[in-house]
Amino acid sequence: MTQFLNKHFKHNNSIMSEQRKAAALISGGLDSMLAAKVIIEQGVHVEGINFFTGFCVEGHTHAIRERDRAQPKRNNSLWAAEQLGIKLHIVDVIDEYKDVLINPKYGYGSNMNPCLDCKIFMVNKAKQWIQENGFDFIITGEVIGQRPMSQRKQTMPIIARESGADDLLLRPLCARNLPETLPEREGWVDRAKLFGFSGRSRKPQMELAQQFDFVDYAQPAGGCCFLTDESYSAKLVDLWQNRGTKDYELDDVMLLKVGRHIRPKSNFKVIVAREEGESRFLEGYKKEFTSLISSSHSGPLALIDGEPTDEDLALAGRIIARYGQGRDAEKVDILVRSQKGLEQTIQVSPFAPDQIAEEWFV
Amino acid sequence: MSRETLNARRLLCPLPVIRTQDRVKQMNVGDHLEVICTDPGVMQDIPTWCRINGHTILEAKTEDGEYIIVLEVGE
Ligand code: SF4
Repeated sequence: MTQFLNKHFKHNNSIMSEQRKAAALISGGLDSMLAAKVIIEQGVHVEGINFFTGFCVEGHTHAIRERDRAQPKRNNSLWAAEQLGIKLHIVDVIDEYKDVLINPKYGYGSNMNPCLDCKIFMVNKAKQWIQENGFDFIITGEVIGQRPMSQRKQTMPIIARESGADDLLLRPLCARNLPETLPEREGWVDRAKLFGFSGRSRKPQMELAQQFDFVDYAQPAGGCCFLTDESYSAKLVDLWQNRGTKDYELDDVMLLKVGRHIRPKSNFKVIVAREEGESRFLEGYKKEFTSLISSSHSGPLALIDGEPTDEDLALAGRIIARYGQGRDAEKVDILVRSQKGLEQTIQVSPFAPDQIAEEWFV
Repeated sequence: MSRETLNARRLLCPLPVIRTQDRVKQMNVGDHLEVICTDPGVMQDIPTWCRINGHTILEAKTEDGEYIIVLEVGE
């Protein structure tokens, strides 16, 4: 009996110690959620990793803009992890990501989104993570043909190879269309229970979501980050062109999401808050930027990015006066505050709508 | 048991969650961490992060426009 118990116990132990572990890249969208679920269903221990590049579409703008404050907000990757019942590790890659965005080997997509380089970077980071944390393989929610730049049949092996993950990278939703990976060959997962989705249709994912009882999942129209957004990308390009260097700080990334960006001359631009919440947010940057606000009428706060002359400040004053209650007044007082806190008041006449040239809007 | 405070003011989500996660990693089971934030999103995100990672929220309140969350580090 003891012998039997020992043997049985040992056997169970060895089964337990052999439970394989996978790290799932969780973006917060449906596909990464489904991929993780498919592998959890096969008895693998799955934990999620989410990389924060600074450009991720999450609560930021909601937190800033007054009109969005009332809407319920959630972080989709945390929400997805909770639905899946797995841990989630959010990794700050803001600094390292700069090199990906500034010098993408495979270039940009339709906007400033370097999707292929981004995927390679993230899978490479996941590879480092699994090595440091004793995990066996990586899963992603990629589907062949789903996205024009990064999810094509030809790019799948590029991501696997250039990230260094090679056959430790399993894409459960389209694995049946790809060569066998190590987890399949070793029998850690059953290839027959993986999928062969391909193309742009979302139907197979919807059906699988229904099978898993996933409701209320996020379906961001523009994908997972601001870099796929046309107007955001235009502001980023404008920033690089006018600074004469392709570089950025996290503050730049945040400020590009806020306010009207108006560049009357190449040496400076004006960031004008569109509402109360944005004014409050911009307040936090008064030590880093020259700021302007009307002192004679109520109106928005504005920051000046660049090196304005006194004449430029008067021009900026006329712009922001246009967006305040004094827009029809003959003269408006504008309080100009330097980064160091030195204050001066200038008097300007507000611009008429047609005096703010169309091409000044970034 | 120790009690620490994390200043996450001016950070927008998910940065307060990331800073909380990184600080909790250096703490011991049973320790308390007070996180002070200005982004209202933390009232949803930090409790969710705690639930999925096995930590307990002891207090979540708003004070003078700031959001203060106290959590106990779990296993
Ligand atoms: S959309 Fe953004 S986060 Fe997603 S792969 Fe492309 S660059 Fe990366």
